[in-house]
Amino acid sequence: MDPINKYLLQQTRRQFLGNSARGIGSMALASLLGTGQANAAAPDTWKGITNPTHGLPKAKRVIYLYMAGGPSHLETFDYKPELARLDGKPMPTSFTQGEQLAQLQGQALTCMGSQFEFGRHGQSGQEISSVLPHTASIADDICIIRSMRTDQINHDPAHTLMNTGTAISGRPSMGSWLLYGLGSECENLPGFVVLTSKGGRNPQPLASRQWHSGFLPSKFQGVPFQSVGDPVHYVSSPPGIDPAQQRKLVDAVQALNGIHNETVEEAEIATRISQYEMAFRMQTSVPDLVDISDEPKHILDMYGTEGADGSFAFNCLLARRMAERGTRFIQLYHRGWDHHNDLKNFMETCSSHVDQATAALVTDLKQRGMLEDTLIVWGGEFGRTPMIQGNKGGPGRDHHVNGFSIWMAGGGIKPGMTYGATDDLGYNAVENVVSVHDFHATMLHQLGIDHKKLTFRFQGRDFRLTDVHGNVVKDILV
Amino acid sequence: MNPVFYPFFPYATGLLLLVATVGTATAEPMPDRVEFNRHIRPILSNNCFFCHGPDSKTQEADLRLDQRIHAIAEHDGTAAIVPGNPDASALIQRILSEDPNTQMPPPESNRSLTAHEKALLQAWVAQGVEYQAHWAYLPPQHTAPTSSDAEWVANPVDAYVLDNLNRQGLTPADPADRVTLIRRLSFDLIGLPPTPAEVADFLGDTRENAYEQLVDRLLASPHFGERLAIYWLDLVRYADTVGYHGDQVRGVAPYRDYVIAAFNDNMPFDQFTREQLAGDLLESPTQEQRIATAYNRLNMVTREGGAQDKDYLIRYAADRTRTTASVWLGSSLGCAQCHDHKFDPFTLKDFYRFSAFFADINEKGVQSEGGNEGPFPPYLRFPTEEQAQQFAAIEVDKARINTQLAALANGTPAPSSEGESSPPDPDALKKELRKLTQAQFRLDQETYHVVVTETMAPQVTRVLPRGNWMDESGEIVGPAVPEFLGGLWMNGDRPTRLDLAAWITDPKNPLTARTFVNRLWKLYFGTGISKVLDDLGSQGEWPTHPELLDHLALEFVESGWDIKHMVKHLVMSNTYRQSSMASPTLKERDPYNRCLARQSRFRLEAELVRDNALRVSGLLSTAMGGPSAKPYQPAGYYRELNFPTREYEPDTGENLYRRGVYTHWQRTFLHPSLIAFDAPTREECTAERPISNSPLQALVLLNDPSFVEAARVFAQRILEEGGTTDDERIDFAYREALSRAPLTSEREIMQSLVDSNRARFADSPEDAAAFVDVGESPVPESVDTVQLAAWSAVTRALFNTHEMIYRY
Repeated sequence: MDPINKYLLQQTRRQFLGNSARGIGSMALASLLGTGQANAAAPDTWKGITNPTHGLPKAKRVIYLYMAGGPSHLETFDYKPELARLDGKPMPTSFTQGEQLAQLQGQALTCMGSQFEFGRHGQSGQEISSVLPHTASIADDICIIRSMRTDQINHDPAHTLMNTGTAISGRPSMGSWLLYGLGSECENLPGFVVLTSKGGRNPQPLASRQWHSGFLPSKFQGVPFQSVGDPVHYVSSPPGIDPAQQRKLVDAVQALNGIHNETVEEAEIATRISQYEMAFRMQTSVPDLVDISDEPKHILDMYGTEGADGSFAFNCLLARRMAERGTRFIQLYHRGWDHHNDLKNFMETCSSHVDQATAALVTDLKQRGMLEDTLIVWGGEFGRTPMIQGNKGGPGRDHHVNGFSIWMAGGGIKPGMTYGATDDLGYNAVENVVSVHDFHATMLHQLGIDHKKLTFRFQGRDFRLTDVHGNVVKDILV
Repeated sequence: MNPVFYPFFPYATGLLLLVATVGTATAEPMPDRVEFNRHIRPILSNNCFFCHGPDSKTQEADLRLDQRIHAIAEHDGTAAIVPGNPDASALIQRILSEDPNTQMPPPESNRSLTAHEKALLQAWVAQGVEYQAHWAYLPPQHTAPTSSDAEWVANPVDAYVLDNLNRQGLTPADPADRVTLIRRLSFDLIGLPPTPAEVADFLGDTRENAYEQLVDRLLASPHFGERLAIYWLDLVRYADTVGYHGDQVRGVAPYRDYVIAAFNDNMPFDQFTREQLAGDLLESPTQEQRIATAYNRLNMVTREGGAQDKDYLIRYAADRTRTTASVWLGSSLGCAQCHDHKFDPFTLKDFYRFSAFFADINEKGVQSEGGNEGPFPPYLRFPTEEQAQQFAAIEVDKARINTQLAALANGTPAPSSEGESSPPDPDALKKELRKLTQAQFRLDQETYHVVVTETMAPQVTRVLPRGNWMDESGEIVGPAVPEFLGGLWMNGDRPTRLDLAAWITDPKNPLTARTFVNRLWKLYFGTGISKVLDDLGSQGEWPTHPELLDHLALEFVESGWDIKHMVKHLVMSNTYRQSSMASPTLKERDPYNRCLARQSRFRLEAELVRDNALRVSGLLSTAMGGPSAKPYQPAGYYRELNFPTREYEPDTGENLYRRGVYTHWQRTFLHPSLIAFDAPTREECTAERPISNSPLQALVLLNDPSFVEAARVFAQRILEEGGTTDDERIDFAYREALSRAPLTSEREIMQSLVDSNRARFADSPEDAAAFVDVGESPVPESVDTVQLAAWSAVTRALFNTHEMIYRY
């Protein structure tokens, strides 16, 4: 027998014979017996600090379609006839006096009506503009929130607030909180994945802070998938090394660690062994995940993708495949929604990238019976001003924090519903205002977590995703 | 100006009872005498202060429990606490109540007291309600440990540790074996493994002071500064890029080199502090002292379009305030940015007065000049001779054009240039001027430079209610230290950053020395004496060995803030030299090793994981300082960056193999191998890195080209230097990588790896060629690529072992 397998077997037997004072987890070593065989047991995985959950979870996972740049609510989900009436007229100063503005600071402020027609869609009759025709086709599946507010008016801190609950750096992102709270259902793939695409106006940058684990251990960080090179960093074996060699190398490392453990009796070694097992599995499961040759043509057509092209549509398809495999938090960024100028044109461009695939994702999950336990979110870091921004090209809109729209679907959210409202000009959220913290509290609630109880002590304080704020928006729950 | 005398403890009552009380490992019985700081404050702080603490805005029912005078005051005929009479104390009634309407803490707070905590509170009230000022705000005290003369005691560190072990009924572990010792010391002091020759020397050194000789040699190594700098750079959030939005590069590397040199030269910590906070304010500051002031410019900055100058100036001031308090005082002053601190006596006003020390720093909130690639002045430049000439040439051209433009504006005949007869076109001249300015910006950015502090007339500092920068209703404040730690200086002059530095390093400051030595302790023993390294306040941890912490703080000050002295003091102790093995009983008694009946074990830090592999392979560059280094990095990793868009260009040659401390630190996209091993992005102060164990770490060690190349080059050394037989070579590999010989079982495993890989690569030599082609370092013609690739399996296996990345 090969010495590597011999030592692995010895260590495992010792384990089963109850000689376990050495501290190697039996799961970890049992998995090694499967060396290259089909019956490998699952390696030790983090099962979450909130286990069992505080409440009954309605959703098992989240797919967050993050429209980076700040899509205009006034051209998508928030129809404002009064704003159209005032088109070209001065913005009433009662709205803007003493308000912080971004690029419009200190300029004359003029109203601009929506650049697109609105219509009522589905049995629910939700108002959605003509720029999102596919989204309109799923009107009865989504809950539109028209009364979002944030308090950060520049992209970078606004992203940070939307993802971590504060504009100060160094705090965990919501996906990291979820992994810390719930663990992952997926042993062979990362539990928190980030995919990006771009198309639209010159895209704003993103920072890995948006999926960082902050003060939580780094194993809870989001893992970005790349459209070129290795889908996950370092997931391919070095050139010239075939899978059998890599397997044997990992087996050797495991056996060496097991032997070493007999001298040093170090509990962390069991964890390391299980992490190596997971790493090796990822080397196969990640390529399997991104290989979509088993998807029928009608599915590809529905999403509007032909294959691995780094598009939002392809990412939506991957998101569904990850959801099927148990990934907990899947975040898709589409960069290009920062429409300071040429808004009409750029909205159409962004929609052409995003609209069809978004509707396809919802429909596809629904037909697979997965929409009910998958929470889908669509939205950006803020909205856009009712005021026109003159710039090169056609008119645009500036950043706007006091009122904007997002939508949620699946995962126990009421379908076919519009919630909250802004004022007549779409400036301030005035009815059923939903803050970023309320949104986070609601998301956690759907996953069975009480946002006040998911805490981590850092610098002497119990931190939460929702800081000291947040109320679950009960009205939108099934 | 000289600071006038200022008391640190206006209402410290000197009640600190130095009862010999330290960390215990098991559930505690009721103490005879309940002590406020040890027993009561943590309970009140965790459960009550949030609503009944120092924050004047949230003192529910007008009750605050952090001060005795308020806690025992009568409200409507009842008092929360009646000294000596638990039954009459509303606090005790409430905590014992089963009624959710009266119970404290209220059920909706998600806080609750254990039976033990309730009993402690009752006993404390019964015993008369003695309060103490918080331990960390009282001056450290000398005490005499009782175990000073015990045989095991090498220096006072051991005496304090042994005192506690005796109380716990524990005994120290045996000393670690010499190989473990030299590996431990080498990783701890210089961040590199010992060479086999160094191990052999130490093993063969029979002198009585062999260990001390080793300590002295390592303290004198230039790598000492590199190792300690990693920790300091985490604290001060040193990074090569600005962090916000476009995350552009701005010069900081000379500051990193200043820190390394300061540690190597053993610069006293008070001087080190003064130069960083206020080097520019010293009389005729040296270039090094000006570089040190980069500290004040290390905060994140933005140049995002639409960002308002004032908004960001206030963010930067807040960032500096919370960072400086974390770095030097171990205090969470940052919590008082929007409201009075919930747990410690820091007020909202304290926060803004502290921030006013930095109000003279010349900077822009949004630095837009020069576009996406413009500089972030003020800074010091270090141009090469060629760059200096280019700068001069640009200046000459600009001057010429300005003269021409002025002449045109005055209507005087333009001086003819290069023999032209017609007067120059003003628009063309202006265009040329713009081009020159842009060229200057570009040249500026390419020039090695460092951002520094430049003083100017101080900006107005206001207290900002709720931290809102648009609210101008708050009072205007000048610089001062927190009131409960001494408050205002009243001699008329506006205090400066120099005064702040003087106050921080005043021997009477109770926080500075404790904060620093507690962190040093963590570096060499795994956990702080007070565990929460960035909060010695009310929510921090009661130290496991308070007398030891005080001893170290006093020793630090009395030694003249001598860092190397302190490091030596710690590592010369027998506590440090213990084995890290623990019996199952001890693991159960003291799972987190807070009593120190053994050494601790921990994984190497991200940078050292890299350094170690490079060192063992022979690839590591020992060059020090200079511009940050760019090792291999996955292509396209910066694709989410913009303004400007970026492609990462790895370095070539020796720069690929620099130590991790020199790696380019892109805040928004830190190198994936560093992130995987828990390195912080350095957007905020980090006093303690989390340590995790993840599959991504395994993927880095298995597949990252830096590690693959290092493994191959190590294999090259095995073939060239490791003897001729497989046995000799396996032996060699183990001694180089792990400082020991392999066990028979390990040898068998390695033999099997070599055999199978040799067979496979002999069958497909093209795969061997592909493998050895990873990385830039050339494969010598003389080396057989099949052998090389096969032996690389052994070195990769070694690099992936737990033992390789662990310090025992």
